[in-house]
Amino acid sequence: MKTRATNGLALLFSVVVLSAAVVGQAAKTTPQTTAPTAPWKKIPIPALPAFHPEQPRRIQLANGMVIFLQEDHELPLITGTARIRGGAVSEPAQKAGLADLFGEVWRTGGTKSQTGDQLDDYLEVRAAKVETEDGPDSTSISWSCLKGDQDDVFRVFVDLLMNPEFRADKLEIAQQGAFDSISRRNDSVGGIAARESARLAYGPDNPYARIEEYATVGAVTRQDLVDWHQKYVHPNNVILGVTGDFDSAAMEAKLRAAFESWPKGPAGAKENFTYATAKPGYYLVPKDDVNQSTIHMVALGTTRDNPDFYAINVFNEAFGGGFSARLFNDIRTKRGLAYGVRGGIGANFGHPGILQFQVGTKSQSTVEAIRAVDEDIADLSVHPVTEAEVKHAQDAILNAFVFRLDSPEKILGERMTYEFYGYPADWLDKYPAEIGKVTAADVKRVAAKYLHRDQLAVLVVGNTKEFDKPLSTLGAVKELDITIPPPPTAAK
Amino acid sequence: MNRRCSFRSFLTTLIAALLVTALAAAQDLASFEKRITVKTLPNGLTLIVCERPEAPVFSFFTHVDAGSAQDPLGATGLAHMFEHMAFKGTDTIGTTNYPAEKAALAKVETAYTAYRSERDRALGPDPARLAELEKAWQDAIKDADQYVVSNEFGKIVEQNGGEDMNAFTNYDETGYHYSLPVNRLELWAYLESERFLHPVLREFYKERNVVIEERRLRTDSRPVGRLIEQFTEEAFAAHPYHRPTVGWMADLNSFSATDAKQFFDEYYVPSNMTVGVVGDVKASDAMPVLEKYFGRLPKEPKPEEPTTTEPPQNSEREVILKDRSQPLYLEGYHRPDYRSKDDAVYDAISDLMSEGRTSRLYRALVRDKKIAAFSAGFTGLPGSKYPHLFAFYAFPLPGHTTKEVGDAIHVEIERLKKEDISDDELQMIHTRIKAGLVRGLADNQGLAIQLATAQARYGDWRELFRSVDRVDKVTKADIRRVANQTFVENNRTVGIIETAAGGAAKQGEAGPGGGQ
Repeated sequence: MKTRATNGLALLFSVVVLSAAVVGQAAKTTPQTTAPTAPWKKIPIPALPAFHPEQPRRIQLANGMVIFLQEDHELPLITGTARIRGGAVSEPAQKAGLADLFGEVWRTGGTKSQTGDQLDDYLEVRAAKVETEDGPDSTSISWSCLKGDQDDVFRVFVDLLMNPEFRADKLEIAQQGAFDSISRRNDSVGGIAARESARLAYGPDNPYARIEEYATVGAVTRQDLVDWHQKYVHPNNVILGVTGDFDSAAMEAKLRAAFESWPKGPAGAKENFTYATAKPGYYLVPKDDVNQSTIHMVALGTTRDNPDFYAINVFNEAFGGGFSARLFNDIRTKRGLAYGVRGGIGANFGHPGILQFQVGTKSQSTVEAIRAVDEDIADLSVHPVTEAEVKHAQDAILNAFVFRLDSPEKILGERMTYEFYGYPADWLDKYPAEIGKVTAADVKRVAAKYLHRDQLAVLVVGNTKEFDKPLSTLGAVKELDITIPPPPTAAK
Repeated sequence: MNRRCSFRSFLTTLIAALLVTALAAAQDLASFEKRITVKTLPNGLTLIVCERPEAPVFSFFTHVDAGSAQDPLGATGLAHMFEHMAFKGTDTIGTTNYPAEKAALAKVETAYTAYRSERDRALGPDPARLAELEKAWQDAIKDADQYVVSNEFGKIVEQNGGEDMNAFTNYDETGYHYSLPVNRLELWAYLESERFLHPVLREFYKERNVVIEERRLRTDSRPVGRLIEQFTEEAFAAHPYHRPTVGWMADLNSFSATDAKQFFDEYYVPSNMTVGVVGDVKASDAMPVLEKYFGRLPKEPKPEEPTTTEPPQNSEREVILKDRSQPLYLEGYHRPDYRSKDDAVYDAISDLMSEGRTSRLYRALVRDKKIAAFSAGFTGLPGSKYPHLFAFYAFPLPGHTTKEVGDAIHVEIERLKKEDISDDELQMIHTRIKAGLVRGLADNQGLAIQLATAQARYGDWRELFRSVDRVDKVTKADIRRVANQTFVENNRTVGIIETAAGGAAKQGEAGPGGGQ
């Protein structure tokens, strides 16, 4: 279920060797290597057995709805997800938070015939889920149940998809939850850094960086949710993927019966957004209750349909990815300056990613750590990523490629993503060959083309009085005001 | 109560019966019996292989039965520190010249010991002497570093397609895991056994700084991290659970590579280790390969368990952190360890109170009273191998206080003690816990972790399935009995974050409803 507040208290009790997920695997040739006779090099690696997993079956209904069916008979479960065009980036700025509230109240508000609470009882007793969510460019509704409950649970899914009620009492709960999130948004350094660095990379008014405020959340009405549903939830806006223990022909018949008569809606207009990356320089958020500085160095990234994407991938692996990337080796292993250090040229499917490098270092080495990253970036023009590093990164990516396909659910997820963003259906099939073609010259070219140290906006969230040197020794510093605007005064 | 209700109960029971049948078909213990092979090697190491031929990949989990509860006095954080060192390579991985490096590393230790003794002298160090010793130590490090091939271990794994390589340390255990294409099984068996056969603790003092940064990230610079550390210290007086897994700052700045090696020698012995492998492997082919490599680890006696038992608590304890943060309420009650006959009852209570929108805490605090953004109860704080805590927490909504949410949690606890839960609720718990198990079975990494952990903790992986059966046997009376036994004031430790005056207020924390 969707919860706003951190519910992962239990997760606080273990410590791990790597912070979160790294950008990818990585490779770097160190000047010295072990002898070719190293024992591990003698262990035979047989050919990987041929593996051609079944692709999902694509069906398009006359009303435009796209359906993917992916059988998976391992467990007696069935899961379906409908992804619907239109998400938070399409909400009006003065109602920022609308899609977020929609994503919650769609489910909690129930259907015309049943309240959300009644749905909770009905589903929980079957250990089944019907959930709704929101994202930047889509919303989604999904179900998951034991195979034997499919008809009962699917009926709830269809009812909620078509006939939601958005009851006002649940909107109020969702708004209170959103107000709570706003009130807590400056409690976590990581949260501040992620939010503010996105605003620097995209521009504060860009919808991908926009933030909710008391006023904008408070401005959302039940009618807004009803209107949103009317505007976006049409079959021609929907991609439905179903995976699990079913027979495709029977499932297709059931889905056709449920959705063929659903009338088509108006086509959505393609929206274009402006990206206004902040001026290069230093941006400071002083926070005096921490002893570690969180540093994000950012610029605008790119999209995955960029022909340079593959070379960028290899560059990211070699420079900013995992255990053996240059940044990890230098900043963490050699200098011991950071626990978390990673980054690369970010690439998204539908809109530009963020080019960013992140470091967390003690207050007393803030400037030192920024300079260390600077040196590693500058070193790229003196010592570009070598043939050996490229080979290593390619091996890492290609040998791990099977993990993109190792479950029917993942294969289905990939296909739905390509469909949503208009990428070719065989985009992933071509990926290994494209990675294999990348040369050291390509990597050097993309590094030079996309990564310019003098164009980065550097955000530091930290305890300024403990810094090794003032940030201003590096350049002009702008202090960011993260004060949360109070709610509009007692308009009620 | 009325006809509709009893009809619903009838329906519920019927559905649950159907559900159990559906599960039995594919996912019962019997089907796993056929796919799982367990073998304890002569050196005491236990191997568990589960065949899951869905894709040509496998995952593993190495469970070491030692966590921060085993940290020696004065060296908190040592178990976690060794976990980091297990990625530093061996005498053949990560070095250009091991004999020379070995000698150089010995000098680092000598130099560090001299530096540390001077630094920690009771009457204070002699500054000139200390500077000299520090320089000698740093010079020795530089000398040793010349032989290092940095991160070669991780690099080999990554180059071979390693996925999700990571490790964790908690109070109870240390775990290592990643996934590889299945044609790398033998390479993996070599690498995984080698790192525990010939570990070399190179680059130790730089990695110690990395770990110190981890402490700053997770504990020092996070309000919730700060609260949890204070809270856990308060709740446990004697048992090592009162110490932070990541370690206290002074200890992190004190322990040596020699200390870490001693910890390794004592706890990383085959009889203390369980290795689970799940994926597209045949036990008949894989087991000999695993035996060949893991059988190399020398046999050692299983280490002694810590003997301290937490004394009974007989007064309520409280920690109040006035902080630059929005409020949080947390409370914990001592309960017995995971082998307790009531373990399943605690699981049932946790599910009832916390799972989903039908849970009692969600319905009471979020839906009806509208005083919290989220509230839940869970067991296993801070670990579960030794007697530990069952905890409840809530994030009060703007304008509501930690007292309000604490009181509301207590109302729900009193209900547990005084009233039987309903038939529907009991059924829901049973169904949900079963479904939760099934949903976790379609994942190599998750299965490897669950099977190896169950094997290590109970001596039998089947307990993973039996624990679900035990929840099935939990009765309404059990829940009342355990609630009455556990959730009493004298057995309670409360941890609260209160917003410091002038702190978060400057950042406009007063939301709508403020001052109501």
